[in-house]
Amino acid sequence: MDVMPKWAEVVLVPLISLLLAALISALVILAIGEDPIAAVKLMVTGALGSTYGWGYTLYYATNFMFTGLAVAIAFHARLFNIGGEGQAMLGGLGVAIACLYIPWPHWSLALIGAAFMAGLLGAIWAAIPAWLQAKRGSHIVITTIMFNFIAAALLNYVLVNLMRPKGQMDPATARFPDAVHLPTLHDLLSPLGIAFSKAAPANVSLLVAVAACFGLWLLIWRSRLGYEIRAYGHSESAAKYAGISPVKITMIAMIISGALAGMMAINNVMGEAERLVLNSTEGAGFIGIAVALMGRSHPLGVFISAILFGFLYQGGAELALWTSIPRELIVVIQALVILFTGALDNMVRMPLEKVFLALRKRKAAGPAT
Amino acid sequence: MDYITLIQLLDSTVRLATPLLLACLAGLFSERAGIFDIGLEGKMLAAAFFSAAIAALTGNVWLGLIAGIASSLVLSALHGVASITFRGNQLISGVAINFLAAGMTVLIAQSWFQQGGRTPSLMAGARFEGITLPGADAIADVPYIGPLYAELISGHSILVYMALAAVPLTWWLLYRTRFGLRLRAVGENPAAVDTAGVSVVGLRYAAVAICGVLCGIAGAYLSTALQAGFVKDMSAGRGFIALAALIFAKWRPWYALWATLLFGLFGALETRPDVIEAAIGMKVQGQLLGALPYLMTVIILAGFVGKAIPPRAGGEPYVKER
Repeated sequence: MDVMPKWAEVVLVPLISLLLAALISALVILAIGEDPIAAVKLMVTGALGSTYGWGYTLYYATNFMFTGLAVAIAFHARLFNIGGEGQAMLGGLGVAIACLYIPWPHWSLALIGAAFMAGLLGAIWAAIPAWLQAKRGSHIVITTIMFNFIAAALLNYVLVNLMRPKGQMDPATARFPDAVHLPTLHDLLSPLGIAFSKAAPANVSLLVAVAACFGLWLLIWRSRLGYEIRAYGHSESAAKYAGISPVKITMIAMIISGALAGMMAINNVMGEAERLVLNSTEGAGFIGIAVALMGRSHPLGVFISAILFGFLYQGGAELALWTSIPRELIVVIQALVILFTGALDNMVRMPLEKVFLALRKRKAAGPAT
Repeated sequence: MDYITLIQLLDSTVRLATPLLLACLAGLFSERAGIFDIGLEGKMLAAAFFSAAIAALTGNVWLGLIAGIASSLVLSALHGVASITFRGNQLISGVAINFLAAGMTVLIAQSWFQQGGRTPSLMAGARFEGITLPGADAIADVPYIGPLYAELISGHSILVYMALAAVPLTWWLLYRTRFGLRLRAVGENPAAVDTAGVSVVGLRYAAVAICGVLCGIAGAYLSTALQAGFVKDMSAGRGFIALAALIFAKWRPWYALWATLLFGLFGALETRPDVIEAAIGMKVQGQLLGALPYLMTVIILAGFVGKAIPPRAGGEPYVKER
């Protein structure tokens, strides 16, 4: 029997965790001698006060939706995919290969091709740790951490030695051709008569990310495979008894996870930078962990918390620009969110459960007296 | 490759292996007690900052070391509260600690020193200098033994010798004391330890605290001995290499020494591509050397070469049955 009603589980616990994280962040800002209320105001106007701000907020949110969904689907199978960063790097490589070596006639075809390549390479990068976990018993967390570093070394090698144009100094690929330029929100919205900032990088990949949220919801809660993944996540032995193969579920969940993380590259590599550079992922793979934890691994929750983190990222950049608060404040907030919604979950949950238990007892005792 | 080059290479191997060794032993205590710790990186980073910062402010490197250890202990306590008291996910707690350290160090560094997230360069006295062992100067001219003693064995900072001494100490503590036996037991079968009337929670907190102290020394070494001052993200993945070395060492102290020396050698070779070319007659990509510890860990962990079996109760919060 559940101690807490569903609304408390879904809304109250994350909200309290979030408030705790916000409170401590405010104390941190106070401690370094800045005004937290002014900082929040600056973040809100910077990230949400203009279409330019929204354009950046949604651009970051697109990245975080992909990586957040990637972590979430793995969580459903009780797998912790900490390798989203490496999978997204490989996804970037896939996008670069698709965009540079195939002459696409139109951006829409290029998007499909690039997304496929990004997903494929990301999936391969996740499938190896998954296979090692399922067949050889290596711990998936350790293997995916190692694969992040291996991916970084691989990308470094490929960019420095193979894909860098002759005569160019910085380790990056050539610019992608104009034909694969993805329409930005400005391009998409101006035919509808809506003015949107031209400079902001949010682009059509946002729609792909939203579609991925919906698709993953269908998969997890409306399909047989999703049921099997959740069953395996709840109880491995029960799932085995019901004829669900642990190897199959581990592989499939991680392949979907890696493909989603890899597909982030259509946003940051194809949509924004339009070439592959070192460290193009900028830690988005790790933010996916915070996003998935805060969103309770539900696609809708991931969608909402991705936008929240997008806001934090853009707001944090504005803070760094206008105050002496460095951008690393966002890393601290991210850490606190992971801490409170993930590791210290029981600290918030246990007192709440006691409260609800007491309420229920009183209700049960009421009519009898 | 001549003899002096070899000595130089081994010398930088020892320097680079020291923080790995300390962090690896730190992880060993924690994981042997059943607490996974992927927050080694964050604890080292925090300690690196606070030891450099306090050393810069006071001019005393020992105060810096204490501050570094204290900061690492605070993060250890956080990990303990999250994963022992509140039985949270140890891996997620570790991830949070890594980010917390990465963010807070830059934030505080900027607030204290206004130098873009770094500390001022440490002057003499505010950092650990190399120690010349007795007789090193006298026999430096003796062929072969002279350079070996004067260059390789002598001339490191005190922290290097402390790290080396920590290996037999760890071995003795784990395998020859009652505390060590209980510590290992709590990582394999906490219920049995509980039945014997020994506190599982207490033992695990002790292990996490030892882990914090060792990570603190490792971090202090980075910023006050290996380099002179803190720069942003200076731990640069060493905590994860230490984790890799721990698996490579199969959670044993002496193996940990060899594993970290090996990974230290890779690090030393990365900066000397000419040496590899001379030694094996072909060019090896620097990126490959950098990735080698991770690749080897994956292979070892998968059981293709030997089998690394982690402590059985690792990662599981202990719930007393009622």
